[in-house]
Amino acid sequence: MIRSEILKEIAPILRDQLVVCNIGIPSQELHAIDDQPTNFYMLGTMGLASSIGLGLALAQPKPVIVIDGDGSILTNMGTLPTIANNVADNYILMIIDNGSYGSTGDQPTYAGLKTSLAKVAEACGCENVIECRDVDTGEVLQKALESGKMHVIVVKCDSGNAKNPVITMDPVVIRDRFMKAVQA
Amino acid sequence: MNIDKKIADDLVANDISFVTTVPCKQLAGVIEEIDQRDDIYHIPSNKEDEGMGLCAGAWMGGKRPAIIMQNTAIGVTFNTLATLIQYYRMPLPMLISYRGELREPVACQVEMAIHTKALLAQMNIPTYHFHWQKDVEELDNILKYTFMCNKPVAILTDANFWGGYGDQ
Repeated sequence: MIRSEILKEIAPILRDQLVVCNIGIPSQELHAIDDQPTNFYMLGTMGLASSIGLGLALAQPKPVIVIDGDGSILTNMGTLPTIANNVADNYILMIIDNGSYGSTGDQPTYAGLKTSLAKVAEACGCENVIECRDVDTGEVLQKALESGKMHVIVVKCDSGNAKNPVITMDPVVIRDRFMKAVQA
Repeated sequence: MNIDKKIADDLVANDISFVTTVPCKQLAGVIEEIDQRDDIYHIPSNKEDEGMGLCAGAWMGGKRPAIIMQNTAIGVTFNTLATLIQYYRMPLPMLISYRGELREPVACQVEMAIHTKALLAQMNIPTYHFHWQKDVEELDNILKYTFMCNKPVAILTDANFWGGYGDQ
């Protein structure tokens, strides 16, 4: 499965949750599949989805799901020790690990070669680290939500992108409707 | 006057309850003070752009954030300032230790100090410079200004403000 197929499958689980979505094609895909006010789309700032999501989870009680990528985690690897040492049990970091920089032309990442992000997360002190197959994503995510414990889920999947238009919504509109959804 | 305590008091008085820090020797006292405050969640960052991401999330979650960092790291934060904090119009007080200014003992620190104000000006970031201890009296107004206009605002604090660099 490629990322967009996974997102389509888990869209019913994501719909009622606060979601922070990674820059570029992941946000375009989620926006096209199921745009919700509870989705925070990153339009720039590669690498910071996991940090934005952690800040959000620590600041309020609703569950937060971060849809991140292997390339973005590699860009901001320092996020994993911060996550491990500031436990927020309403935080789920879901790394869609397709072994490539999808938004820039599918160049290979080190996560698709020798580097295991699940092992890195564990070495950083993260608890409840699960590496799963693409077809199991929905089940693993649902269980993580029900557990009420912080999770890091690494979804191993195929490289590839769906063709979707760029998001033209104004960033302040994205942010404002998201903040209203957080407070609702 | 205890500057560290005064800064932490002003943060709390302005309802700032989420503070991320990347350490600097000049900032050691204020970081320790913040760490001890029950009404502030202190979350050390590994890098300043990561810290700004944490602050953005905390603010969207209903908490007022602040970042405490050193000016030498300003370069790694420009993309985050432009495409996250400014683009989505978010408030962010940046308490910055202004290394490389008067009373600085380490020559290399001057190399970023000479660029700091120009870079902040290029980014259209309102910038204040604390050189004398009494300058801290402006902090309360600066924090109110930051959350009034929803912008990143820089407060540069040099070695003279902190009473010298210390024992080096």
